[in-house]
Amino acid sequence: MKPGDCALVAELCAARAGLNVDPEKTYLLESRLAPVARREGFGSIVDLVESLRARREERLVWAVVEAMAAGETSFFRDRLAFKQFSDEVLPVMARRREGRPIRIWSAGCGSGQEVYSLAINVAEKRGALSGAKVELFASDISERALEKAQSGLYTQFEVQRGLPIRQLVDHFEKVDEMWAISPNIRQMVRWRRVNLVADFSATGQFDVIFCRHVLSALVEPMRVKVLENLAGALAPDGFLFLSEGEIPDNGAKPLYAVAGRAGLYVRNPAARAAA
Amino acid sequence: MKTCLVVDDSRVIRKVARRILEDIGFEIAEASDGMEALAWCRASMPDAILLDWNMPVMSGIEFLRHLRQEPGGDKPTVVFCTVEADVSHIREALDAGADEYIMKPFDGDIITSKLAEVGLA
Repeated sequence: MKPGDCALVAELCAARAGLNVDPEKTYLLESRLAPVARREGFGSIVDLVESLRARREERLVWAVVEAMAAGETSFFRDRLAFKQFSDEVLPVMARRREGRPIRIWSAGCGSGQEVYSLAINVAEKRGALSGAKVELFASDISERALEKAQSGLYTQFEVQRGLPIRQLVDHFEKVDEMWAISPNIRQMVRWRRVNLVADFSATGQFDVIFCRHVLSALVEPMRVKVLENLAGALAPDGFLFLSEGEIPDNGAKPLYAVAGRAGLYVRNPAARAAA
Repeated sequence: MKTCLVVDDSRVIRKVARRILEDIGFEIAEASDGMEALAWCRASMPDAILLDWNMPVMSGIEFLRHLRQEPGGDKPTVVFCTVEADVSHIREALDAGADEYIMKPFDGDIITSKLAEVGLA
């Protein structure tokens, strides 16, 4: 790819999804775009980019943006966040909601490992939640990622990254060479395509939002915007899980960090004490 | 320094595992079958054991059952590392006292991730 091709892809990714794609990383662009070029019937990545430049066909633009948006993920990635969710946040929300459903959102769910990890936590904690109903939602910008996530099928390599063996045998079945998440876990999750830099107020409010390793992939102005959007979607007494160091340089104005809980934020400072 | 006994009849696997485990701070001992591993453990219990299933003389599962009966044999964290990748083998290993289970092929990330789950990395 020529520098101009890389710059065009970076520009499209920033404009459509706020993605921070470094045009200098030619190897990364080529490795992500080669499958798109093949799938879309182009002879090469250069032909794909030429077509983008000439026609800006939305479907093709989004195929490129989605390919560049794909990030690394694993089950129970950063185990401490899931422990805090399971041991502290979930019981607190169960008490506060008193029979109303606890709404949890995995924003930028990728291929589903994060939201299924949350579903496993909820299923294993069910007895301690005093009958509280939990609604799990998962979204991603990529249709292809959502398709894989909804299939609930993972390779042997994928299930060995982060997933303890007891949870593998308790919540998965082996199907040929793949591992399938059990139907009772898969059915706990509802899926939707959401672009976090666009207006997503229609998704409603959530008691817990996981949006980890997402902000760090965005250009700075969009990190601020997405953070404001997430704060707007968070219930006044809700909890937002980010990854460490993902808050923009100018701070998280609508949110307050929970002391001693790296990556955990609340809208209302009074809610911090309860975490 | 924590010690790990790598038990596998493949010299290549032992070498690969040794490199990965040394990189994350383990001191390594090696055995090529369950009987040899049992002799190692009777002399000095390691902190962790990376254990193959199918080996000559004594299999991994037989070794584990013997180990858990030995004085101090409840202490080592045992991680199976085997081509046996079906649920029945995994359950059999857990029932015999295994702490974690790796399905081959593996890489450094998988070994590190599994050892982290049992508090050893």
